[in-house]
Amino acid sequence: MKHAFWYLFYMKKAIIYLEDGTIFQGRSIFSSGESAGEMVFNTSMSGYQEILTDPSYAGQIVTMTYPLIGNYGVNEEDVESDKVHVKGFVVKEFARRYSNFRATKCLMEYLKENNIIAIENVDTRALTRHLRVCGAMKGIISTEDFDPKSLADKLKKVPDMEGSDWVKEVSIKEKYIWNKGAKHDLKVAVIDCGVKFNILRILASLGCEVHVFPSTASAEEILAINPSGLFISNGPGDPAAVPYVVETVKAFLGKLPMFGICLGNQILGLALGGKTYKLKFGHRGANHPVKDLKENKISITSQNHGFCIDIESLNKEDVEVTHINLNDKTVEGIDHKKYPLFSVQYHPEASPGPHDAQYLFDKFIKMMKDFHAET
Amino acid sequence: MPRRNDIKKILLIGSGPIIIGQACEFDYSGTQACKALKEEGYEVVLINSNPATIMTDPEISDATYVEPLTPEFVERVIEKERPDALLPTLGGQTGLNLAMKVSEQGILEKYNVELIGAPYDVIKKAEDRECFKEAVLKVGLEVPESAFAHTIEEAREAAKKIGFPLIVRSSYTLGGTGGGIVHNDEELEKIAFLGLESSMNSEILIEESIEGWKEYELEVMRDCKDNVVIVCSIENLDPLGVHTGDSITVAPAQTLSDKEYQRMRDQTLAVIREIGVETGGCNVQFAVDPKNGRIVVIEVNPRVSRSSALASKATGFPIAKFAAKLAIGYSLDEIQNDITRETPAAFEPTIDYCVTKIPRFTFEKFPEAGDTLGVSMKSVGETMAIGRTFKESLQKGLRGLEIGHVGLDNKLNFKDISDEKMTQRLKVPNASRIFYIKYALQKGMSIDEIFEITKIDPWFLSNIAELVEFENKLKKEFDEKKTVGEDSLRQAKQWGFGDAQLAQIFLTTEKEVRSLRESLGIRAVFKLVDTCAAEFEAYTPYYYSTYEDEDESKAAKKEKSQKKKIMILGGGPNRIGQGIEFDYCCCHASFALKEMDFETIMVNSNPETVSTDYDTSDRLYFEPLTFEDVMNIVEVEKPDGVIVQLGGQTPLNLAHALNEVGVPIIGTTVESIDLAENREKFSEFITKLGLSQPENGAALSAEEAIKIAQRIGYPVLARPSYVLGGRAMKIVYDEKSLLEFIEEAKDVSQGHPVLIDQFIEDAIEVDVDGISDGQDAVVAGMMEHIENAGIHSGDSACVLPPHTLSSTLIKRIKKHTCDIAKGLKVVGLLNIQFAIKRDRIYVLEVNPRASRTVPFVSKATGVSLAKIASQIMAGKKISDFKFVDIEELKNISVKESVLPFSRFSGVDIVLGPEMKSTGEVMGIDETFGAAFAKSQAAAGQSLPQDGKIFLSVNDTDKRNIAFLAKKLFDMKFHLLSTRGTARALKKNGIKVQIIDKVGEGKNDLLKLIKENKINLIINTPSGQKSQSDMRSIRAAAILQNVPCITTIQGAWAAINGIESSKEKDFNVKSLQEYYRKGV
Repeated sequence: MKHAFWYLFYMKKAIIYLEDGTIFQGRSIFSSGESAGEMVFNTSMSGYQEILTDPSYAGQIVTMTYPLIGNYGVNEEDVESDKVHVKGFVVKEFARRYSNFRATKCLMEYLKENNIIAIENVDTRALTRHLRVCGAMKGIISTEDFDPKSLADKLKKVPDMEGSDWVKEVSIKEKYIWNKGAKHDLKVAVIDCGVKFNILRILASLGCEVHVFPSTASAEEILAINPSGLFISNGPGDPAAVPYVVETVKAFLGKLPMFGICLGNQILGLALGGKTYKLKFGHRGANHPVKDLKENKISITSQNHGFCIDIESLNKEDVEVTHINLNDKTVEGIDHKKYPLFSVQYHPEASPGPHDAQYLFDKFIKMMKDFHAET
Repeated sequence: MPRRNDIKKILLIGSGPIIIGQACEFDYSGTQACKALKEEGYEVVLINSNPATIMTDPEISDATYVEPLTPEFVERVIEKERPDALLPTLGGQTGLNLAMKVSEQGILEKYNVELIGAPYDVIKKAEDRECFKEAVLKVGLEVPESAFAHTIEEAREAAKKIGFPLIVRSSYTLGGTGGGIVHNDEELEKIAFLGLESSMNSEILIEESIEGWKEYELEVMRDCKDNVVIVCSIENLDPLGVHTGDSITVAPAQTLSDKEYQRMRDQTLAVIREIGVETGGCNVQFAVDPKNGRIVVIEVNPRVSRSSALASKATGFPIAKFAAKLAIGYSLDEIQNDITRETPAAFEPTIDYCVTKIPRFTFEKFPEAGDTLGVSMKSVGETMAIGRTFKESLQKGLRGLEIGHVGLDNKLNFKDISDEKMTQRLKVPNASRIFYIKYALQKGMSIDEIFEITKIDPWFLSNIAELVEFENKLKKEFDEKKTVGEDSLRQAKQWGFGDAQLAQIFLTTEKEVRSLRESLGIRAVFKLVDTCAAEFEAYTPYYYSTYEDEDESKAAKKEKSQKKKIMILGGGPNRIGQGIEFDYCCCHASFALKEMDFETIMVNSNPETVSTDYDTSDRLYFEPLTFEDVMNIVEVEKPDGVIVQLGGQTPLNLAHALNEVGVPIIGTTVESIDLAENREKFSEFITKLGLSQPENGAALSAEEAIKIAQRIGYPVLARPSYVLGGRAMKIVYDEKSLLEFIEEAKDVSQGHPVLIDQFIEDAIEVDVDGISDGQDAVVAGMMEHIENAGIHSGDSACVLPPHTLSSTLIKRIKKHTCDIAKGLKVVGLLNIQFAIKRDRIYVLEVNPRASRTVPFVSKATGVSLAKIASQIMAGKKISDFKFVDIEELKNISVKESVLPFSRFSGVDIVLGPEMKSTGEVMGIDETFGAAFAKSQAAAGQSLPQDGKIFLSVNDTDKRNIAFLAKKLFDMKFHLLSTRGTARALKKNGIKVQIIDKVGEGKNDLLKLIKENKINLIINTPSGQKSQSDMRSIRAAAILQNVPCITTIQGAWAAINGIESSKEKDFNVKSLQEYYRKGV
């Protein structure tokens, strides 16, 4: 279905009702129903398929700030997990016809198949400005109920992002090996808090056998495969709501080389005795400048987080801030003076986003190799 | 790393006159750079020959040299100023090439000047085809496959390796002769044979044809610490084969997935690192095969460019300003983003709208050249539009283009277009292809069919198809209900349908649509351009309109000052006749009114300009200059005054409509504008003042025209009324030609009368710029044209002060000017053209607005006319200002125009009453000869000191040629001539070599020109009949860059110039020095 003009005039009214009572109008083209979650915005101009399938967006309704979405369709390859995780999708205009040599399907059709409520013709810039000024908040999209009072009641029943454990919703249930049988010289254990496939793809491409564990896996289970290093993945929700992962990680401090990304960074921070806090509206996009304080180099990075490590809560004697965000000076990376570990708040695996920070994977590989050469 | 302290003085090279491919975007980038460097405490020295730039304003740099852009003059400036560094990357290709030349000639080394921004080797690597290819391949990327061939066998061999289709190019020939695209062996053999024949070294290049691929551009910045950011991606709507400058382009890239975009980003980084662009902005162009996504690198420009100006306007990221700061040592994280204030420049802008750039062509000025587009750029300007959807920005752009379209409208009825014509207009890229796509869709052609023919990406075609479909629906709804519902109308507005466009669809008036829209509460809202898609608060008020919920200009209002507001309407896209000069005036108005503590609001749609820099005015609205779009802004801003007389004809044309709805236009009233434009009232007015006008009349039919012409006597000047820039104006010598003219003019004049004026032959034309406050008036500038009346004032070289007029005449002209200004109650600027014959003064034309010569006069006299005029419009009086009396000027300034003939093959270069030049240069010196010689050198036509001069004049000029030829002969030039002219010269005892007529001998002139054996051509055309061999002579002269003079007056000026350059070396002097000593 390349041509979809019948969509043009067959539309349903839809509204977004926010926790603070603000209402945005839109229209639904193919989906009907209701969906609630935390309203967030992403400023990437491309990469909607990766964003939709990123497990870190579980529990969230994503607004794209770029107004024209779906232009290049969707394909089989650009997925970051095996399903669409967003609670809802809000755009200015969906492409009626896609164009790209790799595309296999129209985005609207894809969303419909995945039962995602998606609406268009929303003043997404006004919505974004609202979230920037007032902070991230819960919201509900509806194509059926336009009564603010009833929508407010429905929203009250939706749990807050702060304190919510969304990891258990998205983590795998059984451990598996991503690239079984591949030639490898290292064995990496990945704690899957909602891991993006591109992290696994990159680790595999660098010669690792990638063992993926559920977030609830115990330290013993992980140790049983005798890994060369431990990777703590990205994932949705509040890091403080997953103490069980923090405990597991603690058991490996100083014992195995560790690398954490995003939620993994926050979990490492917590394991090292730090605290995390919720950002006003978070960082979601592909253009954030991060400075590597050791190399004095700037990477343009892909970001997706609503929580952050509190710089003051860290024990400065042991923990070092290695990366900062140049926009708001928040912590973007840490390492440890004694233990072989480091982590970053942003996404060196990109997908979507620039590839500037992929050197960190090489660093992890080297860290594992050095560690095992020494011991 | 903070700024470098080891350099104190920096030289910048500007880009010179506006030419096709190099327009006012370099004034924008150059001005930004000068300001940035000055801000950092460096002493800035500038050389630029173009007086119509903000960049050459004396406040912008510390020393401003309006001198020719040649290595000799650059050396003189360096010798005098002794700068520590030269920044070559901000003056376009001209600046870059010139920097390369002075470097190669050892001048930089001699004076110990460092090239900053891009060192010599880097420029070489990027500019030299072979070095570039090597660099690209070295980092593992692809370029189109190619091979050289010296024989047909080698060509066949190469073709087998690369595969068809192929492009065959012949080495070392001019203008792409002996090349072409071939699809099979047979074609290859034919073209290869021709190519090998015409190549000087029997060499052809066989290259993979990537015509029809998708074209992209990435704008990138790098600092001295190797931090790199992509500022903007641009996707061309027209596939490869059309010059980027002539293509409709869209930002950001629309049809690349993130995977492909990031691959392109990686490649960009690899290429610029390999080439070694150390600091600053550059762009990388790519072609992508739509079938499989294969990417090849086409080009790298190691400098700021037209695209980087567009990218700056499209994102709010000031590339040129930052490039200058990076060149002097800063890194990206040390520079603050002006818009957000709190975030650094080390980031990649993200935008939440769609930007469409549409080129503006002027093919109607060159009817002999077809409107086919290709790899050589032909557009003279562009407009940019911002919308929340592609559909909105495309339609806004089309109505902002001011070519008579109110959007993607129905100028032609699709039913009247034959299938054959449709296919041809779709297949061969041309200026109106975008409309033919619409007609084709209306005719029922499918997106896929149109894609097959045009190779334009189906995503773009689909958007156009949706507009067509929606228009049908709207029309149906209106036909059924005699009105349209709120939802439909809102959707129409969101997709960029203008009120005037809807009026055409509904067969009603724009006013009706507007009131329906207002009654439904559908109003434009304004959004900010903020580099970050609203992620951070923005502090620069740079707006565009759309139809959505939130109006950010209203939100910002609460904290607004109590200052009075003045809105300045800009000139829209550049075109021949209305270009940078008007933008210069608008910028000056903004500066001057800010000084008076007004809040200034700029409205314009031209991305190349300084006026659309968010730094220029307090508030910037990037919008088309139509009644609807301007009114939308007036409604939210409620300005205390609106200025319409500085942006050229565009805003002046809106004056009536704006005045009617009560918009407070300041300056000369609409009634006065009317009086100047209404022929009858104006004639009456002139007679009442006791002045003369050429005899004239207006004819609605051929019979009337003939009668008028008989009354006046031939030759007459005929033109359609209500047209600009001398459009379709012609000097007519007899009745037959008059009838032909009327037939041709039908199209242009559309029911308006044809105007017929007495043509005063051999008159001197004088241009005057005056300023008036309604009671008092002064003459700020008076220029004598070098060419006789009959050549458009925009194309004629002119001298300030007049060099042949008596003081009595000058005083009379001054008086006439003041009388007219006062009589018309002009408040602000006015421009008058006079013709003078035997001490009799005729008023040719009065324009109660800023003229093209305002910046030239300002530079020559050191008095900013536009600033004074704006302050007068805002309430000041003539007596508040000091003026310079033109009779007291110590120096002479010459303005010379620059013509685009080399772009339009087949067009004769003879000048006439229709303006054809794209830009201008200025030469300033103590004597006329030196100033003229400088102006010629600046226009790229350096006068020869010795060598061969070809002389051929028409019968009228033969009586004047003897004295002139004698002068040249005495200066030891070798004279050549055709038989007729030679006879006239020999009679006067001047030695001359007779050469064969074109095609009649071995050594005809054409051959000599091609072999570069002629140094100057003086060739005046005979009346109307321009002989075909004379045309080919002039065309050849352009190709070989031989100065070609087409009037006797021009020839005399040239002799003066040659004389003075023979006498002594030229001096260079900065404007600041001239002004200090009194101009």
